[in-house]
Parts: sequence; C-alpha cells; structure tokens
Amino acid sequence: MAETALSAPMVKALSVTKRFGTLAALDDVSLEIAPGEVVCIVGPSGSGKSTLLRCINQLERIDAGAIWVDGELAGYRQDGGRLVELTDRDIARQRLASGMVFQRFNLFAHMTALQNVIEGPVTVLRQPKAAAIAEAEALLARVGLAEKRNAYPSELSGGQQQRVAIARALAMKPRLMLFDEPTSALDPELVGEVLAVMRDLAKSGMTMVVVTHELGFAREVADRVVFMDQGRLVEQGPPAQVLGAPEHQRTRDFIAAVLS
Amino acid sequence: MTERRAQASVFDPAILSLPRVGRLHLGRWLSAALMLLALALVIKAFADGDIAWKVVGQFFTAPAILGGLVNTVIMTICAMALGITLGVVFAIMAMSPNLVMRGCAAFYIWFFRGTPLILQLLIWFNLALVFPTIGIPGLFSVRTIDVIGPFMATLLGLGINQGAYTAEVVRSGILSVDHGQTEAAKTIGMTRLTTLRRIVLPQAMRVIIPPVGNEVVSMVKLTSIASVIQFSEILRNAQTIYYANARVIELLIVAAGWYLIVVSILSLGQIALERHFAKGRAGAGARNG
Ligand SMILES: Nc1ncnc2c1ncn2[C@@H]1O[C@H](COP(=O)(O)OP(=O)(O)OP(=O)(O)O)[C@@H](O)[C@H]1O
Ligand SMILES: [Mg+2]
Repeated sequence: MAETALSAPMVKALSVTKRFGTLAALDDVSLEIAPGEVVCIVGPSGSGKSTLLRCINQLERIDAGAIWVDGELAGYRQDGGRLVELTDRDIARQRLASGMVFQRFNLFAHMTALQNVIEGPVTVLRQPKAAAIAEAEALLARVGLAEKRNAYPSELSGGQQQRVAIARALAMKPRLMLFDEPTSALDPELVGEVLAVMRDLAKSGMTMVVVTHELGFAREVADRVVFMDQGRLVEQGPPAQVLGAPEHQRTRDFIAAVLS
Repeated sequence: MTERRAQASVFDPAILSLPRVGRLHLGRWLSAALMLLALALVIKAFADGDIAWKVVGQFFTAPAILGGLVNTVIMTICAMALGITLGVVFAIMAMSPNLVMRGCAAFYIWFFRGTPLILQLLIWFNLALVFPTIGIPGLFSVRTIDVIGPFMATLLGLGINQGAYTAEVVRSGILSVDHGQTEAAKTIGMTRLTTLRRIVLPQAMRVIIPPVGNEVVSMVKLTSIASVIQFSEILRNAQTIYYANARVIELLIVAAGWYLIVVSILSLGQIALERHFAKGRAGAGARNG
C-alpha cells in the first residue's frame, strides 16, 4: 500500500467529536484512510465504532472537527471565512461517495432483491431501467445470488440478505464502502459467505472501513486495524501488530475477551 | 403414583382401533335454532308489513335514484381523494423538523376533528355570508356564491374533515416503518421526500389501508348528511320522491339497497389492495383468504 499512501486520502477525519447529551461518543478522533486501503475497526461495545462510520456518511452530524470524504468537506462548504451548512440535497449527493452495509441489513422490505439493487441507480442516479437491471443482475451474480433476484427480503436467509445489501450499495458505484458489523446478526454458519464477498471486494481494490468482531477476517484482509475505546482511538497499525502484539493494556484485554 | 402406573390398561394400544364419536354440542344447536326462529319472524314481519315491494323494484332504477347514486359515488371518490391528499401532506408536515409546519398541522387536526362535521358543512355552504368574493387580490376574484354551491361545499366539508383523521392514520403508518429503512435510503443518496415516496409510504400503506378502507365505507354513508345543504345524493333524492308519493319505507329500502351494494363492492376492492401492499411480508396475502 506504499504507493497509495502518497495520494490524497479517501477519508480524513480531523479532531472529530460527537456528543449524545453529555456523553462523548467520539472524542477528538483523527484518522486517515488511503484509497484502496482496508481498515478494520475493533473495540468494545459502546466505544463509538458505529458512530464513527455514521459520521463519515453523515447519518450523524458532528459537533466539532471536520471530515473529508473523497476530497470533499462533509456537510459544509467553505464560503469566504465561514463554513456554510449544505442543503439536504447536497448532503444526499455527498453520501453517494460511500456505500453502507448495516448490521441488520435494512433491505427495503417491499422490494425484491433485484428491485432493491436497482432502486438507487434508477431513482437517484436516473439511469435507464434496462441498463440498471443488467448491472444489478451482474452484481447479484457477483455476490452469488443470481437466482434469488425475484425473492423478497423476508424470503431470504440473513446471509443472503446481507449479500443483497452489499450489492445494493455497490450498485451506486461508491468510492468507499462502510460496513457496520455486517456479520454480527448472522448465524455462525452464514458468516463465511458474507466474509467471502467482502474478501473479494477488498481484493478488487475497494476502499473499505469495516467494524467487526471477526478478528480472523481483520488479520487476513485488513491493511490496518484500529482499536477504539470510550470514543477515542487507542491504537492502530498492521493487524499483526495490533492484534498480535498490542501496546495498550485495554487492547490486550479486549482481544483476550473476544478470543475467549 | 406407582398404583396408578400399575394400571397397564391406560396405555392399551387396542384403543387405536376403537371408533370415534363426536360430542353433541347441544348449546350450539339450541342457539342456532333460536337465531333462525328470530330471523324467520323478522322476514315474516316485513313480508306481511305494508310494504309495496313492487314499488321498491320500480324505483330501484329510477333516473332520480341512479342520478343520486352517481352523485354519492362521485362525492365519495372526490372527498376521499381530497382527504387522503390532505392527510398525507399534513402527516408529513406534522413530522417535519420545521416548528411552524408542525404547528400548522397540529392546528388543522385539532380544529377539524374538534368540531361537528355538519357544522363544518354549514360553514362552507354559508361562506358567502363572510366572504362575498374570493380570490387573490389584484389577480382574480370571483363571487363566492358562484363557486361554492352544494357540491363544492360538500366536497370541502367532507374532504377537509376527512384529511384531519387520515393525517393521524398516515402518521401512525409512517411511524410503523422501521427507521433502518430510512437510513438505508439515505445511504444510497435519497433525499427526505424521495425516501418518503419510494421507501416509507409504500411500506406504511400496509398499516394505512385497513383504517382508510373503513373510512371510505363510512364516507359513502357520510355523504348522506350533505342532504342538509341540498346536495342531491341518493338519500336526498329518495326523500324528494317520497315527499311526492308518500312511499317512505319503499324508497328508504331502495336507498339502503344501493348503499349496501356500493359498500360491498368497496370492501372487495379493499381486500385486493391489502393483498397488493402486503407483498414482501411473510404470509403475504394469507389474511382474509
Ligand atoms: N442516537 C443515540 N443517542 C444517544 N446515545 C447514542 C446514540 N447512538 C449512540 N449512542 C451512544 O454512543 C456511544 C457509542 O455508540 P456506538 O453505537 O458508536 O458504539 P459501538 O462501538 O458501535 O458499539 P457496538 O459494538 O455495541 O455496536 C454509546 O455509549 C451509545 O450508547
Ligand atoms: Mg455499533
């Protein structure tokens, strides 16, 4: 990844703070993610991992600091000496840079797998329907679900739903994919099929930020592992270092707890 | 315990070959018989009563009755369309982040649910007393009396009143849709209104349609109170006829027959709609069927 480190970061978070009431869910977090990099975020429950992802794609508004995604300042435009808040429509446009996969899939329940995948391209990007369908079929084939195109989410297993959700996000051709514990809601035997799709995606060069408790996946696929605790970024580095020989006691405790 | 278990005959497999006899359900027979008897008495009363069934048949398809029927159906459709449109708009306003929008929606719902419908109809019908002309100053202006006749007053009265109730139904429908659906829509770049239109409202329909279906049925019958402001719907036309020929019950039976027919057809339509919007749900189409 040495060559990518030279180019502009895909994500740059600078001193980001996010409060819920008095609780600082993110406390002065700074992080850079290079294009093509796969970063796994690990940490105990409530440490702010989901909040960080949600701030990156503006599902949450940050209270202090700044985030750039794909070179654009998120949520604001610079106007002379001031930062002016963007409109709903501009924020929606900025969100197109990133795709998000949720722990609970969140497939549109009233649409088939295929309809879920073409919804964004047709409604938001205004692509012709025939072209969108052709691309969606290719994407469903890529996640191994070509034959499930006409199934409704309620007719799919958790693992299948999550793979459709990944296809739905990819259909928007994002520059960055955010995964929030994509396998945590799955039965153990279904975890593998979702991780396999994500592994392929990482190989294809997609920039990925993955919140996960699957330390095996992190060790194998991640370029970098970030450990968070209590809204702070505690340590980061190559997986072998952070997961194998962590510097901080809190990281060691966490890894021991997950592995036990 | 041991004594009881000793009775091996309890588990005698020979019982498998014994014939089975249902029990007698005396209570059910008795209640059914009483019910049928009561029904027979009612039918006999009507048959013996002074009802000229021939007159009923004769007026069932009389032009004035059919014209009233058409007006009733048109008014139901128009008033519900207005009511649903207003209901959706005010439900969205009621959930808006904008305080003024929320305030307006709350006022609308409070006002129109809080006053009797017949009073609202009378206000619309007599609007000319307050505003002799209506329009946009400088652009256009018309005499209120020309615009707000019985049809318009009924439409406004029923539709706007309906909107206040439908707004609450739509709001609860929207709230019934999992917030994760909205978030997923945002992450594929949808704006708030697109999300509502494409993702939230279609799913809210499942919750919205049964109560709105009931309200359509009520609306069919509610149009009859517009007879007080001279809207010539079916009941008013039936009355006009019986004022002339004194066949009161016969004409009321004619009107009742038509209301039942319209309501039955609408109920079938509701079942079809519910099936349609249940798609993607486990057990889709299983209800009512
Ligand atoms: N909408 C919210 N309102 C109030 N508090 C919130 C909200 N969302 C998150 N929090 C709080 O912020 C903190 C960080 O939450 P977050 O969901 O980011 O944790 P997490 O690291 O993703 O945990 P988990 O592994 O359980 O998903 C938690 O203490 C949580 O209770
Ligand atoms: Mg989380």
